[in-house]
Amino acid sequence: MSLPTDGVRPLKYVDALREAVEQEMERDPDVFLFGLDVDDHKAIQGSTQGLLAKFGAERVFTTPLSEDAMTGVAIGAAMAGMRPIHVHIRNDFLMLCMNQLVNIAAKAHYMYGGSVKVPMVVRSMIGKSWGQGAQHSQALHSMFMHVPGLKVVAPSNAHDAKGCMITAVRDNNPVIFVEHRLLYSTESAVPEEPYTVEFGRARLCSRGDDVTVVAVSNMVIECLRAQELLSEIGIHAEVIDPISLVPLDIETIHASAMRTRRLVVVDNAWTCCGASAEIVARVLEMAGPRAGIEVRRMGFETTTCPPSPWLEAHFYPNPSTVAKTIHSMVRGTDAEWEPDPDRVRLAYQVQFNGPF
Amino acid sequence: MDVAISSADTLDGTDIQRIYRSLRRIRRIEEEVARVYPTDRIKSPVHLSIGQEAISVGVIDLLGAEDVVGGSYRGHAAYLAKGASLPAMVAEMYGKATGCNAGKGGSMHLIAAAQNVIGASAVVGTHIPVACGHALALKRRRSSAVVAVFFGDGAVEEGVFYESLNFASLHKLPVLFICENNGFAIHEPLAKRWATDRLCERVATFGIPAERVADGDVFKIRSLAGKFIADMRAGGGPGFLECLTYRWREHVGPSEDYDAGYRQRSDLEKWIANDQVARLGGMVDGTVRAQIDTEIEQEISAAFAFAESSPIPETKELYTHVFAD
Ligand SMILES: Cc1ncc(C[n+]2csc(CCOP(=O)(O)OP(=O)(O)O)c2C)c(N)n1
Repeated sequence: MSLPTDGVRPLKYVDALREAVEQEMERDPDVFLFGLDVDDHKAIQGSTQGLLAKFGAERVFTTPLSEDAMTGVAIGAAMAGMRPIHVHIRNDFLMLCMNQLVNIAAKAHYMYGGSVKVPMVVRSMIGKSWGQGAQHSQALHSMFMHVPGLKVVAPSNAHDAKGCMITAVRDNNPVIFVEHRLLYSTESAVPEEPYTVEFGRARLCSRGDDVTVVAVSNMVIECLRAQELLSEIGIHAEVIDPISLVPLDIETIHASAMRTRRLVVVDNAWTCCGASAEIVARVLEMAGPRAGIEVRRMGFETTTCPPSPWLEAHFYPNPSTVAKTIHSMVRGTDAEWEPDPDRVRLAYQVQFNGPF
Repeated sequence: MDVAISSADTLDGTDIQRIYRSLRRIRRIEEEVARVYPTDRIKSPVHLSIGQEAISVGVIDLLGAEDVVGGSYRGHAAYLAKGASLPAMVAEMYGKATGCNAGKGGSMHLIAAAQNVIGASAVVGTHIPVACGHALALKRRRSSAVVAVFFGDGAVEEGVFYESLNFASLHKLPVLFICENNGFAIHEPLAKRWATDRLCERVATFGIPAERVADGDVFKIRSLAGKFIADMRAGGGPGFLECLTYRWREHVGPSEDYDAGYRQRSDLEKWIANDQVARLGGMVDGTVRAQIDTEIEQEISAAFAFAESSPIPETKELYTHVFAD
């Protein structure tokens, strides 16, 4: 991990993404960016803003609504030595790319005996709130984790978004780059210079001895708020952001869980066959039966995401549910505790009022 | 390279010999694969191109080293016609470390990066957009090279085929689409799968010039491909060639299956009467032909011997190449 300290300034997640792509396109003429609507005035919520003007329509272009073939085109161009970044405004739409990603992108290097590489980045955004509903809110990263040959990253802040994007573009493998819509407006300290954030190295976001909390994507923000609330009542949570799910830094998670003996994995996704199931299973396998690690998974409720805010409020884990779950693990289920409802509300959620 | 439109009349003796050699060589290789298959030394399902050789040979005869070829699991002919290694192909089928995919692809995924044979795919139609991606890269690099991609009549039923046609035409990509229409997808005939057989008309609506060769004539295929290739090299967009043909053996495996009831041997007989291997053989001088045939047999025995004696992959190879460095 290279971390320059010069020229660090607060930057939004969305601008960090844009800046990373801009810098990589400047560095390497083989990098190109394409996908539905990357070149229109909305520019994928601003994440591709200005790139068309700077690099021209040969390197920044929209596509027909043909996600399947466009994924194949990206794969072919990548095999031919280019470095495509294929953008999708929602994670849900990757289902149309599944055939190419699973059957070709993930397999090519192996099945062709190492004679080709597929250096491509597949960007997509997970939606939430303001009526995104059933088909614009899914987070299907575990489907990609399942298949050997695909890397999966889900940066939770602007700093990691930029560094991971640069790493992804330079990686010689297909990288599924998972973004969260609500993170776009969040700011963190981001160096101006290009830098990389290494895949397979988790970030320790807070230290604590009572419980290990692994949080994925935007759940890092939600869990850090839970951690703050818990610390006020003397419960200290160690919050870990894996950053990349494939490769996964299971050692860091395992070491922490061995110390705290409690592991909660909070995913912004369903738990069934999900990243949370995988992380818990791997930690328990490594720890063995005598480690006595108590585990919990939190994620989407096992139902379809509703658009109505009154229903949706119960669909996602949030700082309150996370904090209460941890509280009951540490203090026991009999101990009643309710965090201050005003303080569980997160700015990025409150500020977001759509439409997309 | 000669990209002029050529028919049999404009070809000289060396051209005919070269085309004959390629046709005969592929036929004999596939027959040898079929002969060896029951011994179980070939560790891979085989989709033979016997009867369909003229399409790959006719098109690829006009391609140069820098041009790119893509095919499906029924892609042995395209791989061989492009000059990829025969010993490496046989070794691949044997599952040996010396295979063109290092024993990790098998018969359905042949690749030869050095000869610009992009890897074949066995999920029907999936290699078509990938071939377009190669064409996009060539175009971006201002190369005069072109891509030829082969697929069956089943593949044109996939949505991705139409998506690819549209994109290739929109971006004027240098890609020649070649449909090897053998009338069957496994055992299902066209009549049960296509609402109409006006494939070329469908393709033409994308603004892609489309031609059909109904009789398997290698010279017609070559001549039409030559016109498309010349247009693409001059900056024109994609072309489409539908070649009617016939799969002489079963869909997968070494045998005939005319007793299965889904097709008649009399259908095959028409194609045998029009066999391009025999036809071109008849156009080559007897002594030269005997010489060519002998060389082919020697090359085949050497390739199978190479595969036999090649080492098996080391166990650690199971885990290498999951990710590229
Ligand atoms: C997407 C997909 N669906 C089904 C299959 C099973 N399958 C293998 S070959 C084949 C027939 C394809 O026919 P065609 O495209 O005409 O090619 P041919 O085998 O005749 O060369 C089918 C259905 C597959 N491999 N991929």
